[in-house]
Amino acid sequence: MSLWAIGAVKSLLVLVFVLQLSAFLLWIERKGSALIQNRIGANRANIFGVVPFNLGFLNTLVADPIKMFTKEDFIPAGCDRFLHALAPFMALFPALITFAAIPFGDSIVLGGETVELRVVDLDVGLLYILAMVSMGVYGAVIAGWASNNRWALLGSIRGSAQMISYELAMGLALVSVVLSYGTLDMQDMVHAQGRTVLGFLPAWGVFFQPVAFIIIFVAGMAESKRVPFDIPEAESELIAGYFTEYSGGKQASFMLADFAEVVVVAGLVTTLFFGGWQFPWLAADGFHLPLMGTIEVSALVVTLLQLMAFSLKVLFFCWLQILVRWTVPRFRYDQLMDLGWKGMLPIALANVVFTAALILARGEGS
Amino acid sequence: MSVISKDPALLHDGDEPDNRAISEIVELQMGPSHPATHGTIKFNLKLDGETVIACDTEVGYLHRGFEKMCEQGTWTQTIPYTDRLNYASPLINNFLFCEAAERLAGVTVPERCSYIRTILSEMSRVADHLTCLGMSATEVGAISVGFYMVEAREILYNLSQHITGARVTVSYGRIGGLTRDLPDDFEERMRAAIAHTRTVMGDAEKLLERNRIFIQRMAGVGIISKEDTISYGITGPLLRATGVRRDLRKDEPYMMYDRVEFNVPVGTKGDNWDRFSVRFEEVIESLKIIEQLLGQIEPGPVKVDDPTIYMPDKAKVYNSIEGLMAQFKIVIEGVRIPAGEIYFAGEAANGELGFFLVSDGSGRPYRVRVRPPCFYAMGALAQMLVGGGIADIISTFGMINMIGGECDR
Repeated sequence: MSLWAIGAVKSLLVLVFVLQLSAFLLWIERKGSALIQNRIGANRANIFGVVPFNLGFLNTLVADPIKMFTKEDFIPAGCDRFLHALAPFMALFPALITFAAIPFGDSIVLGGETVELRVVDLDVGLLYILAMVSMGVYGAVIAGWASNNRWALLGSIRGSAQMISYELAMGLALVSVVLSYGTLDMQDMVHAQGRTVLGFLPAWGVFFQPVAFIIIFVAGMAESKRVPFDIPEAESELIAGYFTEYSGGKQASFMLADFAEVVVVAGLVTTLFFGGWQFPWLAADGFHLPLMGTIEVSALVVTLLQLMAFSLKVLFFCWLQILVRWTVPRFRYDQLMDLGWKGMLPIALANVVFTAALILARGEGS
Repeated sequence: MSVISKDPALLHDGDEPDNRAISEIVELQMGPSHPATHGTIKFNLKLDGETVIACDTEVGYLHRGFEKMCEQGTWTQTIPYTDRLNYASPLINNFLFCEAAERLAGVTVPERCSYIRTILSEMSRVADHLTCLGMSATEVGAISVGFYMVEAREILYNLSQHITGARVTVSYGRIGGLTRDLPDDFEERMRAAIAHTRTVMGDAEKLLERNRIFIQRMAGVGIISKEDTISYGITGPLLRATGVRRDLRKDEPYMMYDRVEFNVPVGTKGDNWDRFSVRFEEVIESLKIIEQLLGQIEPGPVKVDDPTIYMPDKAKVYNSIEGLMAQFKIVIEGVRIPAGEIYFAGEAANGELGFFLVSDGSGRPYRVRVRPPCFYAMGALAQMLVGGGIADIISTFGMINMIGGECDR
């Protein structure tokens, strides 16, 4: 098996995972919000009305895409047609490829070759993620600019200001994470979280960098432009913000990009702070339970458990973001900026200094 | 604080211009087809960045000629039009119009009728406030709270449907009484609805009143001083939010409001947070009023026994010549109200809802003039919005609770 084939399969796998999870999240969001709000939610998906029960998330997997992509693709007069068409892809593409650096499993041996369970074996994975997340802003800005609509323009101005502000806090929080792991390679970070501390506690990053976790999670939610950070698209203020003038498949792309960003944030948080694919107390040869000794497990089961652990953790953080989205109101533009610049940035900076001082004091620095 | 001076065109001689670079002023027309403007209002905004430096409010998109329409029919035929004034609390409009007409005609309705009117007015007030609070919460992003409140309102609307046969187009009041008595299970269902509303208000309190984002969005936004509020003629929760304890239910009691104990909640600063809190507390007070009235109400007739005012029973219509004539006269000529004029106002959910009625002694109104509470607030809206951001328009406009049907008539 050539490396190319393996790479292609892995890319496809991750792409399908992110896309399907995004579509699945749309269903979870519709059903979850219904659950929160005492409603029934999406229950109309069926095949010509012959299936006696509701087809659940086929709603978003099949019905919604069919609906969205068969709608009229309306392009308003006076807009920049090229940029107008480009913007949805500029929004969706970075969101989809960000996941490439996130490891979803340990390396496995396949046909005599060692295969890393992530798309690219990038030793600067974190920088790559930071770069790709920043790319997302272009989609919003170009969409607002190309639409020839003042609401859209206002939305994109808000969006660019918001994303740039929160990237700073996020970047600084990532610096403290990098300091404590001593690596930029995300696979190494996950490996480092496989230990236990005090004999029973998995050595997850959240126990070492709780402040960074909160900042990255909040900033990540701000990057994905969802309530309470949805001021670029605040539907009651700016109609639909930067994608006011989009319809059909292009609008679906923006929605999908938002959900893909949710998945990316969940994946990032999982990898950095919650052990990534690490199943608690599971090593390559089996479980090492505290007080109970070792239980041997075959390599295949270990891999499957790790994949499952990663998926469940990602799903949990996706759900957490949905829960937050349906619980709190939206910030105002200036309050959001205050929170970013006066709240999170100084805390992140202090966290970096504190982490660095701690490492220096323990003599690990030099 | 003169925020208007940021506009270079509005600077007076000798004013210090703003030191920062003045960006290009953007004109933006917000509405009528904008999610926050209900399709019934338009703001012509001048924006400096996101700051509103000038606002021209246009109303009238829902003007239907209510007052002129009223002159075309009989007094009774006016009642369905009043349903469409404030369509979030149609029963209050109904009853206040009937009260005004009865006062002009010198009719006193039976006690039970007055009790029912008071209970249902308070029920409508709760529904109206729930709409306002829930929709405002939704518009600032707390969609779940909106759904909780709309669910509670739905129970009240269903109850209204059970009583009157309709959710909005109730037409339940009649001059001299009501169309029919309450259904037997009313008290049971009303108490269940009160219990549910209390639960919802508890949830909303947890989700909003202690939510820092929400408080930040509302506090200190859309401020208008007590003096300005009075001079604009603004009444109701908006006036009480500035600290004026003015409530027609308390100050000029009508119906059965003098037989119940309730507080009039007031604010201090007159910002959106005060408005929100005042409405929030009023829901709680209204529920208390309903409970007290449910304990006091006695069985009895719900209409006056006067065939020139209220149509006689069908048994009389079918079996006696006098009954048949009375029905014919009321249907064809209308209720004859002695010539004269009256202004009667009551406390509707949004403030003072007044009816100025002129009768020439025939069965048709000579003139009907409505004093809609939110029209006056719309006049002051520009003052509340200038200096704030686009996002503040949403919360301020939401708390004013402009109802197109009432404002534009």
